[in-house]
Amino acid sequence: MMMKVLVYIDHHAGAITPATWEALGAGRKLSQDLQIPMEALVLGNNTASLASAVAEKSGVHVHAAEDASLEHFRADVYASAAAPLAEGTEVVLLPDNGRTREFAAMLAVDLNVGLIPDVVALDVRDGNLQAARAIYSGKVRSTVLGTGRKPIILTLRSRVFAPDAEQTGPGEIESVAVASVPSGVEVLGFEESRGGANLADAAVIVAGGRGVVNNPALDPPPSITDQDAIDAWRAEQGFAELQTLADAIGAALGATRAVVDAGFIPYAHQIGQTGKVVSPDLYIAFGISGAIQHLAGIRSARTVVAVNKDPDAPIFRSARFGLVTDMHEVIPALTKAFLEAS
Amino acid sequence: MNIVVCVKQTVDTAATISVEQGTVSWGDTPLVLNPWDEFAVEEGLRLREAHGGKVTALTVGPESATEALRSALAMGADAAVRVDDSSLEGADSLVVSAVLAAALEKMGDVDLALFGREAVDSNSGVLQAQVARRLGWASLPLVAAITAIDGDGRAIEVERMLGEGRQRVKATLPAALSVVKEINEPRYASFMGIRKASRVDVPVWTSAELSMDQVDPGVSWLAPEAAADVEVACEFIDVDDVGEAAHALVQRLREEKVL
Amino acid sequence: MDFKLSSEHEMVRKMVADFAAKEVAPTIAEWDRKQEMAPDILPKMAEQGLLGICVPVKYGGQGMDYISLGIASEELEYVDTSLRVVLSVHTGLCCLTLLQWGTDEQKKEFLPPIASGELIGGGAFSEPNAGSDFAAIRMTARRDGDDFILNGEKMWISLSTKADMAIVTTRSQLDKEKEHEGLTTFLVDLHSKGVTTGDIHGKLGVRAGSTGWIAMQDVRVPARNMIGEEGEGFKITMSAFDNGRYTVAAGATGLVHASLDASVAYAKERETFGRPIMAHQLVQAKIAKMHLDYEIARLLYLKAGWMKNEGLRNTLETSRAKQFATYASYEAATEAVQIHGGYGFSDEYPVERFLRNSKGAVIYEGSNEIQTLIQAGYALGSRRDKPLRCELPAYDEETWLAEA
Repeated sequence: MMMKVLVYIDHHAGAITPATWEALGAGRKLSQDLQIPMEALVLGNNTASLASAVAEKSGVHVHAAEDASLEHFRADVYASAAAPLAEGTEVVLLPDNGRTREFAAMLAVDLNVGLIPDVVALDVRDGNLQAARAIYSGKVRSTVLGTGRKPIILTLRSRVFAPDAEQTGPGEIESVAVASVPSGVEVLGFEESRGGANLADAAVIVAGGRGVVNNPALDPPPSITDQDAIDAWRAEQGFAELQTLADAIGAALGATRAVVDAGFIPYAHQIGQTGKVVSPDLYIAFGISGAIQHLAGIRSARTVVAVNKDPDAPIFRSARFGLVTDMHEVIPALTKAFLEAS
Repeated sequence: MNIVVCVKQTVDTAATISVEQGTVSWGDTPLVLNPWDEFAVEEGLRLREAHGGKVTALTVGPESATEALRSALAMGADAAVRVDDSSLEGADSLVVSAVLAAALEKMGDVDLALFGREAVDSNSGVLQAQVARRLGWASLPLVAAITAIDGDGRAIEVERMLGEGRQRVKATLPAALSVVKEINEPRYASFMGIRKASRVDVPVWTSAELSMDQVDPGVSWLAPEAAADVEVACEFIDVDDVGEAAHALVQRLREEKVL
Repeated sequence: MDFKLSSEHEMVRKMVADFAAKEVAPTIAEWDRKQEMAPDILPKMAEQGLLGICVPVKYGGQGMDYISLGIASEELEYVDTSLRVVLSVHTGLCCLTLLQWGTDEQKKEFLPPIASGELIGGGAFSEPNAGSDFAAIRMTARRDGDDFILNGEKMWISLSTKADMAIVTTRSQLDKEKEHEGLTTFLVDLHSKGVTTGDIHGKLGVRAGSTGWIAMQDVRVPARNMIGEEGEGFKITMSAFDNGRYTVAAGATGLVHASLDASVAYAKERETFGRPIMAHQLVQAKIAKMHLDYEIARLLYLKAGWMKNEGLRNTLETSRAKQFATYASYEAATEAVQIHGGYGFSDEYPVERFLRNSKGAVIYEGSNEIQTLIQAGYALGSRRDKPLRCELPAYDEETWLAEA
């Protein structure tokens, strides 16, 4: 068996998952550092188009195994199919997700080799692979090495590694025969997730503060004259706007204590010290000043975008991107930009 | 039903973690039963309540790990076993899965092995699948619901939580499952459970007593480091033209791989 | 001498802390603002076995010891005083009075539904004109055949509108020379004809709790509900306070702890003059005091609890524990508000609630001034404990866990 970096091509519903291109990118750098070739592995039923896509875009040699037993992803069957092809390689890379982690785990047992899941950084020192992982729920960084047995199997965290740059291909596609292996598992069906996750689980959150209520451009209908009612009406419009943006990007809707206390939005949406503590990948704060109590609720957010009229608002100190502008002017534009991008 | 819940004693997620001279420290905050394992224990107890049988908590760890077993007993587990890990220096999941598999075999006639989805200290989430593989049992990670179980028919049906959605799966028993928090709401310890837990003499097995082949670790670790506190420098996007600003933001978010 | 808590006690501590953190903490500020007791508190505490925690199993309880009662009180008040008040009156004043002074028949009949939480119990002693001067109570109990007829009003009664049964001390003999003689205690069914209750609003603290009054107009109580003997009411009431007071001491300890934790967390986060305020020595001084007071309060109540376990009279120890812990919690809460600065003054943070709650305990369950007099009595030798006809039974595991 030749030394090589073998990248597993993860696919779902007939499409290669975006993270797979990242795994190929990481694999290519690794193959350059270790000075060994990179190859790809596709498993499934009717894999021709998948294999071609990889071969064309990445220019690598693709091992493609097709079998009825590989129709639905089952880790035990896939591990049995992959084992002979992975045996003797230097490194096996997989993009990390629920499926592939199970698959990688079993493959490691079959080959009696080391497994490093959910890797966030890769390095080669003195010809040896070093993989970094986040442990203690992200508070500690651990560097892991193989003990010498090959291959070493790694799953790579998504949205960390740069996707593979397009190459002049195409690479060769090699069909591989796979023996049908019995499995204890039968897939009965699948239900796609619906958007609108609750705050605690949401990957993206759009949140509004007092700024939501102040839309000077909006005129309430003449029937509403009482100031409290006018504020309530404005808030309703403001949150409706935010909800449209949230729906466009599949985000959950959050709010600060001030607007909840004022009765503009139910307590269930409150984020902060006395509300919910959230950990989304993206938190977009509209018209939120950034008081400590609110920030306490978003400390674990990966990326914060703040939109506020006031350039000195404390929220900008915790934000990765800032827009100093009236939120009401930019929400429709953002909604449009996000919709176009998806 | 003979159910075994594989548990781990871990750091308390509320503890302040620091790294001093290459060692991870959590002050004097007591160690706890891995929070994800509480869901696994709870599911075991519910299955026992519905179908009868026995729930045993199993751990691989040092003497102090007995406290994690006591937490499971206080919730209502019937029995507990600790496999002492003092001879397992540098063990990785390859080794620990072999030890767990051997312990499950020693227990004999186990229908279901339950795991939490991952430990809050190692965050690996691979033991369940590796144990299943070694035993030749059906593997069902990330279970959000057990929809049917038939001890006599030797079948189980579950819903698994995958990134893209929920997958319905049927499998044969015996099986090894890992569970996610959507599956249930773990009960509190009961006073009766607490009394029982504090009195039980937990049996200890050594890895030498288990019949298993020698397994050497496949990975090793360098000294850990504190995760770098990412200094957030806010990048202000020009808002002269609102439409352009919106596009610029979306673009930057894509470049930073946030979207 | 082993100062470590047993693994059993540690598990109790953890279970109660988890319960309070998950079931009550998320919404407590809301209920405190509403000045109402959340309707699910009592059923949840009952389900968890907290209400009968130290009552023997054969009387419907959980069979744990008196230290467990203290630990549970501490962890409940860590979240809010109103939770601990439930244990104080239901378990401390009602259940333990029945356990200490009830006849076998009374214990078998009255304890199980209360200890299990099926019925909620309370203690009704204070009156509008008689708090510290308990002997001056005026509620009367007049014998009428096989019954007693009760007339009068009780005030500042926790769970008055929620309790089903209450230990009530009355004056049944009007011809006695000394005021404290002629008092008699009954277990009264608060659903009886002639009983009216109401909640008191506008309290400074413990707003998420239920405190009120009980009025009795010609309430008929069967003589078999008399607890202890006629004329023993004063002694029974004083020993009931030894038990209620113990939970107040343990609870206030939890309040010191809560103030400490809140202060430490805030001091690490809040920055002034370019650094976290924990770097400033005056802030450190406040926190160090809370830290010390927490330990002292803990040791005092645990000793009182241990003495109860041993069957030793503990009026002095409980008095010390209650006085120290409640003063300490008042001070800790004040300083916690101070450390939080302007934010401490708003209900954005829990410390203002801790402060308002802490003031009550300095007043009730035997004001701290009364505690001083009690302790002076012991110190000067003018107060000596005479054995009671019925002492609080020492904790015995076998007896407490026996099924029958």
